[in-house]
Amino acid sequence: MRRSSAKLGLVVVGVACAAALIAYYIASYLVVRPPAVAASGEAPRARITLQTVASIGFGPHHDWVSYLAQNPRGTWEHSTVLTVPAHSLIRVTIYQYDTATGLRNAYWGGPRGLVGGMRINGKLVPTLDPNLASHTFAIPDLGVSVPLQGVASNAKNQCSVAPCTLAQAHNTITFTFRTGKGGTFRWQCFVPCGAGFIFGFGGPMQSIGYMDGYLHVVA
Amino acid sequence: MRRILVVWLVLTVIGVPLIVLVLGPHLPPGHMSAEASDQTNANTVMTAVIAPIVFLLVAYFGYALVAFRARGDVLEDGAPIRGHAPTQTVWLVVTTATVLGLAAWGSYTLIVSAHGAGGGQGPNPIALPANYKSALQVQVIGQQWNWTYRFPGYGSVETEHLDLPVDSDVEFHVTSLDVTHSFWAYQLGVKADAVPGVDNIAFVHPRKLGTFSIRCAELCGLWHGHMFQTGDVVSATAFASWIAAQKKAEAFNQKYLTPYARQYFPEPQRRAG
Repeated sequence: MRRSSAKLGLVVVGVACAAALIAYYIASYLVVRPPAVAASGEAPRARITLQTVASIGFGPHHDWVSYLAQNPRGTWEHSTVLTVPAHSLIRVTIYQYDTATGLRNAYWGGPRGLVGGMRINGKLVPTLDPNLASHTFAIPDLGVSVPLQGVASNAKNQCSVAPCTLAQAHNTITFTFRTGKGGTFRWQCFVPCGAGFIFGFGGPMQSIGYMDGYLHVVA
Repeated sequence: MRRILVVWLVLTVIGVPLIVLVLGPHLPPGHMSAEASDQTNANTVMTAVIAPIVFLLVAYFGYALVAFRARGDVLEDGAPIRGHAPTQTVWLVVTTATVLGLAAWGSYTLIVSAHGAGGGQGPNPIALPANYKSALQVQVIGQQWNWTYRFPGYGSVETEHLDLPVDSDVEFHVTSLDVTHSFWAYQLGVKADAVPGVDNIAFVHPRKLGTFSIRCAELCGLWHGHMFQTGDVVSATAFASWIAAQKKAEAFNQKYLTPYARQYFPEPQRRAG
């Protein structure tokens, strides 16, 4: 009797430990996010600077495509969690270092939800040929969607490891959007750019910190 | 036995009218469209038909718990349970008739009365509304993670918002560009899988003006939970104005859109980088 009770206790403790480990793993997966990068400037005008790279070059997924964000000190951080002020104009600059992949839906080739349109290398561009798109920067709940023109595949001095520098081949995309009241909004890329995954929609396309992120609009 | 039947009868006489008259009008999905109304009516009928059976079970178990509970300290086996052929026969006949009756009635409403009840019928629907040839064609395109809509009758313009005219037949053509999604216009009573390479057709006839919610009902990746929109049922005049404005606003990008087709086959290998 005493021996069977001891066995039962052992089983209970074992199951409890396994459950705790599983719960810890799930909680870690759900809770851990990249650090938030604040926009430069204050309401009613702020700035975000991002870059996209073909492969991040470090970490557990060193060959994944990714966004990076520049903090107010000018340092690049591997994060897609951004903080911007509410009721403000947000000026966005994206240095686009990746080559074109192409849009699955050409609808996203048209920039939407902007104040003043989209400029590529300083030139106002009304819409982008979907085959030239490398990524998009889209905040669906704010109606913002901007296609990012890819670097020519035969361009010289292409960047292979992040963070890339302005001396390397890139396109500069600039645009402005307006924030309303506070809240947290997801943003994402609509180009199937997860190379090596089925339909290009796996890996970085499903991961916050790479091609998906949050925009915290702070009142 | 008589006590159980009396309790059951009282519960049924009080409960069924309450279900039909009080609960029924509040059952989902409402009455925004003909299909939604049919679903609400079906939910009401099924709840009302099943309720007497539930009441019988509740009355029986309640009575058994009270009348046959153990008393005193000594635990003894109860009287042996033996079969009672008349009771078993009645139970089998009534429940079988109920299930078959509901199945027959459901099939009738699904195919004949409700034109598919708002569900996707695949590329060759068999439950067609009377005026389906003049229905407004709306293509619903699922993609990770948003819905867009194309209107082949209006230059195949594509939009991110869905407006529908009231009192008109609408024919949805639901498809996907990547993985399986499910187009669920809740208040309209429409739910149709969006499958890559498949043209899934569903019909709806909006009856009331207002806003309806659109969700993805198929787990489709990271932002599945954010694949949420609202649409509007508007007057025919407002719809005409809206679609004209959309055509004008989207003219800048129209030349790049893929020609309208019932389904699309983007090239995943080439697109995957």
